Amino acid sequence: MNLTLKIWRQKDASAKGQMVDYKVNDISEHMSFLEMMDVLNEQLVNTGEEPVAFDHDCREGICGMCSLYINGEAHGPDRGITTCQLHMRMFKDGDTITIEPWRAAAFPVIKDLVVDRMAFERIQQAGGYISVNTSGNTQDANSLPISKHAADEAMDAATCIGCGACVATCKNSSAMLFVGAKVSQYALLPQGQVEAADRVQNMVAQMDLEGFGNCTNTGACEVECPKGISLDNIARMNRELMKAAIK
Amino acid sequence: MSGFFKSSIGRKVAMALSAFFLMFFLIIHLAVNITSLFSEDLFNELSHFMGTNPLVQFGLQPVLIFGVVFHFVMGFVLELKNKKAIGVKYARNNGAANSSWVSRNMIYSGLVILAFIVLHFIDFWIPELNTKYVIGDMSGMHHGNYRYFHELVEKFHSPLRVGAYVVSFVLLGLHLAHGFTSAFQSMGVTAGRKKTLQQIGKAYSIIIPLAFIIIAVYHHFNH
Repeated sequence: MNLTLKIWRQKDASAKGQMVDYKVNDISEHMSFLEMMDVLNEQLVNTGEEPVAFDHDCREGICGMCSLYINGEAHGPDRGITTCQLHMRMFKDGDTITIEPWRAAAFPVIKDLVVDRMAFERIQQAGGYISVNTSGNTQDANSLPISKHAADEAMDAATCIGCGACVATCKNSSAMLFVGAKVSQYALLPQGQVEAADRVQNMVAQMDLEGFGNCTNTGACEVECPKGISLDNIARMNRELMKAAIK
Repeated sequence: MSGFFKSSIGRKVAMALSAFFLMFFLIIHLAVNITSLFSEDLFNELSHFMGTNPLVQFGLQPVLIFGVVFHFVMGFVLELKNKKAIGVKYARNNGAANSSWVSRNMIYSGLVILAFIVLHFIDFWIPELNTKYVIGDMSGMHHGNYRYFHELVEKFHSPLRVGAYVVSFVLLGLHLAHGFTSAFQSMGVTAGRKKTLQQIGKAYSIIIPLAFIIIAVYHHFNH
């Protein structure tokens, strides 16, 4: 298929960017979206132009590196997948595809389609961990009784890959789905109880400090999340913070 | 605890708490108004009680005003904060793909409701305050009869007023269609309770505004 691409080009963090049009021809419908981007970049390199910078790593939907706001949706029009798993069969010959970086004040553009997502790292560092002695005396995980329900819910929350699609999608650039998932995965398990109050307070404080917006429960994040992280995790985070506040 | 209400989530909770209070107030207000459909006397008596009882006037009314003002001010504060968090806007954004129009436009439905409240204030509240506390007529009487029902009928005579009333309450319905469940979500209610809540929310956001509309339209066409 032949496509027209409208891509955000920005030389560096301080440059003023703009949308630039490109044509790519003979794209196979079996290609992934990133492979299509590779074809474009080869084309650009061959003509002596600067290739388009975009984030990617594992290309199998688990690392959380790829991003891209495609035709007005995070990770494109398909559901439950990251951009690397998005296939060109989702598009038609002759389509014009708009490709933009994640937009949020807390995710500044570094170059072209690459944004700085270190804000997520700093939120994680503020409390997204448990203190456990791993010096060789670790006890058997099965010695702690955990209900199947709690284990499943914690696992579901832990599948968040921190890609930032929730923030990119949110009309308020809120990071609450991400933080909700990270708070939940520990809040649901006995190992997370020791630092539960400090964790939620510190992570929420860091989230606010980073300049993310406020959740208005539109539910857009849940729909666009490649891992299907539920809005229930935000409610749980709210409960955890209320609990911590009255403690 | 003061730190809690300064946090983003604390503000959500404050927004939800004021919303619960206002949603409860709507039920009380409707309960009084609806009596006008079947009993002039009951409506007059309830209106007189609400308008002159010191506990209602000086106890509950200031709380109500605070609740309304708080909900609006907080709504605007959060909207401005959120606008700042966005930064550069997308060239193409398909909001309809993942969320409802009402959930994305609470500020606009809210603004229409605010405009209605301002009009209601000018149209009803200021004349009431004038009669009761400036002129000092606490009797609630006009030509030997209670004035409330008569005034209600008089007000709904105007098609313009009824039109504005209907539009405002449709927007209130839309605001509640998202706001009801949103408030519960902010308070941390989830999972098994969600479906029932959504159904109650749907019923509430249709029945309450519709009942207000029916009252206005009924009086417009029946007197």
